Amino acid sequence: MIGFSNDVWVFVEQRDGKPADVSLELLSKGRKLADTMHGTLKSVVIGEAVKSLAIETFRYGADEAYVVDHKHLKNYATLPYSRLLNELVERHKPRVVLFGATITGRDLAPRVASHTRSGLTADCTDLQVSDVSYLGKEYKNLLLQIRPAFGGNIIATIIAPDVPTQMATVREGVMEMHPLARPHEVKISDVPFSPNGIDGLVSLIEQHREESKVNLKSAPIIVAGGYGMGTKENFRLIHELAHTIGGEVAGSRAAVDAGFITHERQVGQTGVTVRPKLYFAIGISGAIQHRAGMQEAKKIIAINTDPDAPIFDVSHYGIVGDATDVIPKFIEAFKSRLK
Amino acid sequence: MPELHFLHSHLWAKGYRQYSYRRRLSMHNSIVLVKQVPDTTNISGQVMKEDGTVNRAKLPAIFNFEDKVALEFALRIKDECGGKVTAVTMGPPRASDVLRECLYMGADEAYLITDRKFAGADTLATSYVLSEAIKKIGDYDFVFAGRQAIDGDTAQVGPQTAEKLDIPQITYAEEILQIKDNSVRVRRKIDGGYEILECKLPVLMTVLKDAAEPRPFGAKRVMAYKGAKSLLELEKMAEGNSLLYIDKLVYEYKSRSLFIPTLTADDLHIDVARCGIKGSPTKVYAIESVVLGGSEPVKIDNTRAGMLSLIDTLMEDRILG
Repeated sequence: MIGFSNDVWVFVEQRDGKPADVSLELLSKGRKLADTMHGTLKSVVIGEAVKSLAIETFRYGADEAYVVDHKHLKNYATLPYSRLLNELVERHKPRVVLFGATITGRDLAPRVASHTRSGLTADCTDLQVSDVSYLGKEYKNLLLQIRPAFGGNIIATIIAPDVPTQMATVREGVMEMHPLARPHEVKISDVPFSPNGIDGLVSLIEQHREESKVNLKSAPIIVAGGYGMGTKENFRLIHELAHTIGGEVAGSRAAVDAGFITHERQVGQTGVTVRPKLYFAIGISGAIQHRAGMQEAKKIIAINTDPDAPIFDVSHYGIVGDATDVIPKFIEAFKSRLK
Repeated sequence: MPELHFLHSHLWAKGYRQYSYRRRLSMHNSIVLVKQVPDTTNISGQVMKEDGTVNRAKLPAIFNFEDKVALEFALRIKDECGGKVTAVTMGPPRASDVLRECLYMGADEAYLITDRKFAGADTLATSYVLSEAIKKIGDYDFVFAGRQAIDGDTAQVGPQTAEKLDIPQITYAEEILQIKDNSVRVRRKIDGGYEILECKLPVLMTVLKDAAEPRPFGAKRVMAYKGAKSLLELEKMAEGNSLLYIDKLVYEYKSRSLFIPTLTADDLHIDVARCGIKGSPTKVYAIESVVLGGSEPVKIDNTRAGMLSLIDTLMEDRILG
């Protein structure tokens, strides 16, 4: 359509001046989308002393960066951050704006979408650019926003055909991060910020953040147990297997709910999305919510007593049997091969 | 300035109250946004149509749980400070079911926002209608809502409504720590931790599932309000009986405090171009049911030999060892 830009923007979320992984993942994805649309990829960086962070975004594909650097912007706050983005979006009318589906992204994106009356789709699991024919009209280079809906029972493709700006949030780990060997030349536009009395309506009293010590995302081998493990006692076998083969322990949501394992080790739609070299799904039936978080693993081994469990449909190797019987056998066999 | 320190929820559950502050703190009115949702947590085969879409009619309609938690927040403020709690839902006529449940829990009034023109709304169009309804109801210090509804999981309507009301928002609220006459101190979840914010009123807050235990229905309140009816329900009654006149019915239900006020597009004097499908920038372009990979896994025998061959394959592929 005439009059719409081809710009793709990524809001770069930062904590203490460091970018969130999801923002870098979105830049890598945004690079591809911008190429398809013959457009420009721009990073939007807001914070205090964030120049080096802005430069880093060029390594992940940015052509340009908008930087708002001010001491009042050190920590994320809804009102000033959304005001800045509202002004930027209204002035430049980007075609696409991507946010991480983090707590910050889910606080900020709807506020900006509301003000600018843009389309916004939450928690996309895939983004594509395509020509679309919809209700008898032809649209060039629309953003297809693909996400599970209805508790993961259907996959919906959402479009926002008639508005200038299409916005989406994406969960961490869903897109892959690709640092460029030869980044584009750094081109930064400094955006001025003037504090506004309205910002004082909300004040930050204190903040506590603990970086998680668990890093499932970068583990090459993950051993995940589900509700089918039966007891916390049996779940120890998961730890034992992980320890033997040098993997990280994880669990399904049902395993977390049953108290077998902590939430920070949950794989799936409401947990972490992982793509390891090897993933064991043991005593996990394979609900879509879980599969959404692990089906990109290179090799998947499923162990389940139920031969019809849906987990087998996404697995490369399947063992039908009881985990308490299979795991010790596997450990013994593995140790014998190491000798 | 008088202020009130909120007790931890476990003390609350035991029925502790800080009466000493009660009269000194000004009253606070709350509006609570609630939604009736299809129960997506228990979708069985019969609910999926052959073309892969969901047969909503087959799904039980339930009260979105986080919205119940939001109502509990509002009721606690009323318990402590006094004031009025008004529940609001936008939905089809049958959504008055959740409004009755709000009355059972303790809401003073419940509004049904309904109109065919509102059908098919995405979060932007929904937040427009809700914000106009809130403006019409008016006189509030707090707007509460659940963080998200289980049918869409978007968490967008809260912040979008706050933006349209031009008030601050606190999303992912975990606990109200302190209420003053014109501000509130709240602990909210952030990525990897929590923060404490102090915010001037009015504010819109979205609350997390574990933030409070919604109180059970009061038996007396159920008896009192089970006959509460919305305008549409009264119209239906009138249609079925030529002796009933709708105006008379409404008058009668109002005088018995059993009337669920209903607001339509006309009542709200709103721009219909910003409502429903018309006012929704996002459209569902395609829907497909989740199809599993379809590829059969390699079956490994549950024997020592089976394990050894699997381990050898993985080692050859440099995946293990």
